[in-house]
Amino acid sequence: MKNPMRRKIGSRVPAQIALVPAVMVALVVYCGSTLWTVWISMTSSRMLPNSNFVGLRQYSSLMGNERWSTSVSNVLLFGGLFVAASLTIGFLLAVLIDQRVRAENLLRSVFMYPFSMSFIVTGLAWRWLLDPTLGIEKLLHDIGFASAHFDWIVRPDRVIYTLVLAAVWHASGLVMAIMLAGLRGVDTEIWKAARVDGLPVWRTYVSIVIPMMAGSFATAGVLLSTSVVRLYDLAVAMTNGGPGISSEVPAKFVMDHLFERGNVGLATAAATTMLMTVIAVIAPWLYWQSRQRAAGKLT
Amino acid sequence: MIRSLAAGLCLGTLLLAPVASHAQTKPQPKAEVIHWWTSAGESAAVKVFADQFTKAGGIWVDMAIAGGVNARTAAINAIVGGNPPTAMQFNTGKQFDDLVENDFLVNMDSLAKSEKWASIMPAAILAAVTRDGHAYAVPINIHGQNWLFTSNAALAKAGATAPTNWDDLFPALDKLKAAGLIPLAFSGQKNWERGLFNSVLAGMGGGEMFTVFWGKRDIATIKSPQFRTVVDTYRRLHNYVDAGAAARNWNDATGLLIQGKAGMQFMGDWAKGEFSAAGQTPDKEYGCTVLGAKSVSYLMGGDVFAFPKQKDPTKTATQMMLAGLLLDPATQIAFAQKKGSIPVRLDLDTSSLDACARKASGWLADPKTQVPANELLSPPALTGAVEDLISQFWNDPSMTADTFIARLASTMAQPF
Repeated sequence: MKNPMRRKIGSRVPAQIALVPAVMVALVVYCGSTLWTVWISMTSSRMLPNSNFVGLRQYSSLMGNERWSTSVSNVLLFGGLFVAASLTIGFLLAVLIDQRVRAENLLRSVFMYPFSMSFIVTGLAWRWLLDPTLGIEKLLHDIGFASAHFDWIVRPDRVIYTLVLAAVWHASGLVMAIMLAGLRGVDTEIWKAARVDGLPVWRTYVSIVIPMMAGSFATAGVLLSTSVVRLYDLAVAMTNGGPGISSEVPAKFVMDHLFERGNVGLATAAATTMLMTVIAVIAPWLYWQSRQRAAGKLT
Repeated sequence: MIRSLAAGLCLGTLLLAPVASHAQTKPQPKAEVIHWWTSAGESAAVKVFADQFTKAGGIWVDMAIAGGVNARTAAINAIVGGNPPTAMQFNTGKQFDDLVENDFLVNMDSLAKSEKWASIMPAAILAAVTRDGHAYAVPINIHGQNWLFTSNAALAKAGATAPTNWDDLFPALDKLKAAGLIPLAFSGQKNWERGLFNSVLAGMGGGEMFTVFWGKRDIATIKSPQFRTVVDTYRRLHNYVDAGAAARNWNDATGLLIQGKAGMQFMGDWAKGEFSAAGQTPDKEYGCTVLGAKSVSYLMGGDVFAFPKQKDPTKTATQMMLAGLLLDPATQIAFAQKKGSIPVRLDLDTSSLDACARKASGWLADPKTQVPANELLSPPALTGAVEDLISQFWNDPSMTADTFIARLASTMAQPF
């Protein structure tokens, strides 16, 4: 009884010592910087951070800022459409590839290819494709469809959908890979049983396979959601927030005000607001998960 | 362990000592300069300074960082981190306000006095480096921001002539449009949308209205009928811009003029670099002018070098040595030729500069024509907020001039 106990403590101490640098980095770099950001957001900082406390003034000017409200509604619209479309398309691609098609490896590589490109390259390529004087619209005009219109990237009311288009193109391949792994993990016996019961294929997917793939959906969903929050480089490369302010996003608001506009106070207020929003979404979910775990439903 | 460490330290000190004493007997001034002049013409220009400094016996350490924002961020981080560069570039204006307030920059009063800056520079440029009566940076050059460039090939094709005032502008634009050309080459980034607005504001509203708008934020001026005319003209120009403008860069817009596909472009004098790279010369293949109301209002921006405070006095001596070279007449002319700007000194012979720069020198001889650019008048935070509004107005045809003016007034009233 005594012996294994001692061994347990003895093996833990070095491990804990080894973790100290990582914990220190997490505490000092992440938590420290976060607290500092929150503090700076309550000062009148301009180009350089200062400690002149002004309370919530930066937050009230942030709330009255139309560019900020546009950015927030843009990222909500973008996030909803992007996550839904990427999951749907990724799943459908995975299902198609899972039909034991010929040249599966080739197709998989083709679908995964966009993901290997940076957002900057993706953004530039789509900007040129969608540019009405260079890309698809011009091509249609040149081959005789003179009345064809595809100028969404220069229309303030449509431009955000072009960002969704490019981002879905970029991310669907990755979702497909995750989903394909999930599909391959489904026991073939289940398919046999469903066939014996005379269940149509679509019904098997909807009622049996998809619920079994909850883990794959969660993984893909989390990955996609993080790229929604940090959406920056794609917007910069593709539209640079334009036309006007119609495709601005919160991360770009923070970066522009932090550097170009020398308005550190407002930028940190925006960054803090972003953090609070993410916490407000994640905290209830973590709480729910811990409740489930306590109840023994989750491992 | 400890003994060997001590021994190592002793050995290290012994080895380093002669090196250090040697360095003290013969210090060679070394200048680390952070700037964002990275294009071909720009790096040729900065080489003029580097060569002069090397000739004077120094070592020039070039720290070019692409992009103004990146370069300034790197320089400010270096200063705050305690490792300041010898000199750093800023645009003439309010970009270094915070550095002055926090006492990070070397006072340049002695140089300003010995070189008589007050009598050789435009007053607005001197004012832009002066805070509370003290000079904190050395002006290097002047860039004009509100030029109108015209493609002579495109104008000839449309049977139009280059406009010399605002009344002639719209008929010429109409002719270009009728000929199936792009009348106004434009690049739809926010800063160029503000740049076009500034050209109209300075050109139609005049230098005084421009100064009051950005510098004093006078609400009565914003609500005046004259300002309303400026806003309407700005909106009217949108009719002459093509659909591809939204995703175009300024140099690609200049490229349209070079190819004769577009007629005109409002841009700063840095566009000349694009024309000369394509082998075109002013007043021959392309025209350059500034449209004014009663007189021309030449929007003067430019660049300065600031010198962050150093702990080591020998480094401060190096800074003064470098600063003393920048305004040398021959250096000023050589730099301006390469950069496409004009010298910051008005007492020089500018006959060796290009035709556009000679026009600019002529205008700057008259103090009434000298109008400080946007960056000299308003802090970046205010400029950015107004820029967002201008950009919304330009891109949203449903926004009326009244709404725009009302929202400008409320933005200007905020504390910045």
